[in-house]
Amino acid sequence: MKLREIAHTRTGDKGDTSNISVIAYRIDDFALLRQAVTPAAVKACLEGVVNGDIVRHELPNLGALNFVLPNALGGGVTRSLALDAHGKCLSGLLLDLEIS
Amino acid sequence: MAPDSIRIGSGAGFSGDRIDPAVALAEKGQLNCLVFECLAERTIALAVRAKRENPSAGYDPLLEERLSAVLPAAIANKVTIVSNMGAANPVAAARATAAIIRKLGLGPQKIAAVTGDDVLARISPDSPLLEGGTVAQWPGQLVAANAYLGAEPLVQALAEGAGIVITGRVADPSLFLAPMVHAFGWCWYDWARLGQGTVVGHLLECAGQVSGGYFADPGVKDVAGLAELGFPFADVAANGNAVISKLAGSGGCITAATCKEQLLYELHDPASYLTPDVTADFRGVRLEQRGPDRVAVTGGGGAARPEQLKVTLGYHEGFMGEGQISYAGAGCVGRGKLALAIVQERLKRLGHEIIDLRLDLIGVNSVAPTARAPANQREVRARVAARTRTLEGAAWIGREVEALYTNGPAGGGGVSQFVKPLIGTASTFVPRDEAVPQIHWESVS
Repeated sequence: MKLREIAHTRTGDKGDTSNISVIAYRIDDFALLRQAVTPAAVKACLEGVVNGDIVRHELPNLGALNFVLPNALGGGVTRSLALDAHGKCLSGLLLDLEIS
Repeated sequence: MAPDSIRIGSGAGFSGDRIDPAVALAEKGQLNCLVFECLAERTIALAVRAKRENPSAGYDPLLEERLSAVLPAAIANKVTIVSNMGAANPVAAARATAAIIRKLGLGPQKIAAVTGDDVLARISPDSPLLEGGTVAQWPGQLVAANAYLGAEPLVQALAEGAGIVITGRVADPSLFLAPMVHAFGWCWYDWARLGQGTVVGHLLECAGQVSGGYFADPGVKDVAGLAELGFPFADVAANGNAVISKLAGSGGCITAATCKEQLLYELHDPASYLTPDVTADFRGVRLEQRGPDRVAVTGGGGAARPEQLKVTLGYHEGFMGEGQISYAGAGCVGRGKLALAIVQERLKRLGHEIIDLRLDLIGVNSVAPTARAPANQREVRARVAARTRTLEGAAWIGREVEALYTNGPAGGGGVSQFVKPLIGTASTFVPRDEAVPQIHWESVS
């Protein structure tokens, strides 16, 4: 199934670093998120976007993961040539992630 | 005597935000304070340039429109206003605000402008950048350096009777923390309390983003009434615990899910969310639905504030030019690719003028760079964007795309183009005593 079936996501930006939160609709699915939504899986799903090493933070209280994506915004929102300079659409791309 | 609780509203989450939800809050929200967060990373560097050309400019261009709409109800209902709409020129913004109050006959009123964030004169070329290298090594011309101030000077202004506080660069959550510290007299070393207050401020700072904006996904996350989205307010108790809510009858929704998304928005390490006031800890935060559009926020913590202040540097890094053109129907992807190839070849004539070039097929790969179009793609939009050394060079990008009408592939339509100056940003740190806040007063009798 796709990530969108069990979790919702939101992107934020600071400089050239993006962050994407992945939040389970049901707290019981947090274990599945932890197992399936790895930094490597995120990097592959966002192929060609992230040029730095992805760091994953866990927030079990909230049933959420927070991914920090360095060098992902074309130098930052103020100088990026990307159509979506903030990277706000990246959270949507991640919802396509296949998990099992 | 300190109150049991105060109500803080969020009136704007960015400089171009809707105005009517803030008017509704000022009229019907029974607020103590209404905060407008209007200052993005690059805005201040653009404002510095505006101020350089006109000493009475350099503050938020929508200040007059926004405050003219909000102040009548806010002042009538004794709602304190806090905002970073001062941008590069808080003093001029305070004067403009005083002029609005005189014009609308809303006095008497005391307006405080908080300055001291501008540290351009104090930045050493040898200062290390967070991004690596030094201030001097970064490409481009340094035009602005603004330290993130904390809540302290805002609290001082409120304590001295300000009804309106206008700042330049202040950490976003600190705009909200200030009225809490002012009301409850929290100690500046009560890290847990300041951390919890910062969590509440962080939830509010993007206005509609916690009340159903930036959230809807039809089928899985349905949100009603986004055209009439209600902006949030928090009822904050003296211990920092808070309930986030919005006006009855307004659009949007406030749920644990909307609050979770906003809590993690622009967050890196949840154990250390740095502001000038505190190192806030988000790990223990609990978000509980207490009723329709009511979510309780508890459990935020904190540790000692950072020793140094973060500074955002603004560099003039040339210009950006962009052009777009659409193709549709059978073969549209091939025609779009041909359009991009033609413009790329034409732009070689500009030589060293172009610093950086980007080619997209919107609808195919403008967000996901390695994506491929399906065989039945019905339309694409070719986009050429370049960073250039001069404004003339930037204008050339759109002109070359426009010339595809008569010189390019079949059926190209709907050209759009623009140019803009590019302000790059980088970050460094300064000792706290390099950015000393000052308060300038404007009084209307």
